[in-house]
Amino acid sequence: MAVRVQEADFDLGAELTALRAGQPRVGALASFLGLVRDMNEGAGVSEMTLEHYPGMTEKALESIVAEAKGRWDIYDALVIHRVGRLLPCDQIVLVAVTSAHRGEAFAACEFIMDYLKTRAPFWKREATPAGARWVDARDSDDSAAARWEPNPKE
Amino acid sequence: MSIQVLYFAGLKEALGRSGETVDLPTGISTVGGLREWLVAHGREPLASTRSLRCAVNQEMAGLYAPVADGDEVAFFPPVTGG
Repeated sequence: MAVRVQEADFDLGAELTALRAGQPRVGALASFLGLVRDMNEGAGVSEMTLEHYPGMTEKALESIVAEAKGRWDIYDALVIHRVGRLLPCDQIVLVAVTSAHRGEAFAACEFIMDYLKTRAPFWKREATPAGARWVDARDSDDSAAARWEPNPKE
Repeated sequence: MSIQVLYFAGLKEALGRSGETVDLPTGISTVGGLREWLVAHGREPLASTRSLRCAVNQEMAGLYAPVADGDEVAFFPPVTGG
């Protein structure tokens, strides 16, 4: 289980390969890659800056991953989230999960992403033709996270 | 009691500062009490920020969460990562 918050870009293929390297028990690897779009809420976005709360961010992500591990039978998980200045087409976030079968990997990957969206202290600021603006949280993110409560195994 | 207060994102911008150390008078013992005290001391954006969130010692917390000497309390808008 690894969590990384970094300014640098990452090599998607290398990260996924490393996550399952030498582990013949892994039958499924599910991953989600988030990217910077050039459009949000009707305005063009020329660049984005991601701020975070150093210390709490890592703790929050580790706690989300630990909860996923408790809910589903997964082998490993990786979360990489970039901070700082990003441009359209840039990679922002990677969540990857390995397990024996696809169902657990898909579910845990989506769960980690939904909880990250509502519980990890990151904030996006976008540059648009009308000036810079902080991105508003979406109600749809709250409802996506709420789907996972109560614990599906209970 | 001494509290390390941190601000993030739009709230940090509105306040023009990323944090401050405050010496709270006796009788204030919750995050909500701290927030009211800060608002009364010129930190008005803490009252007007929509859906203000907070964390005590880097864990998400509600306004009724207790605060103690030496705690780190952060205030911020709803998160928008991912």
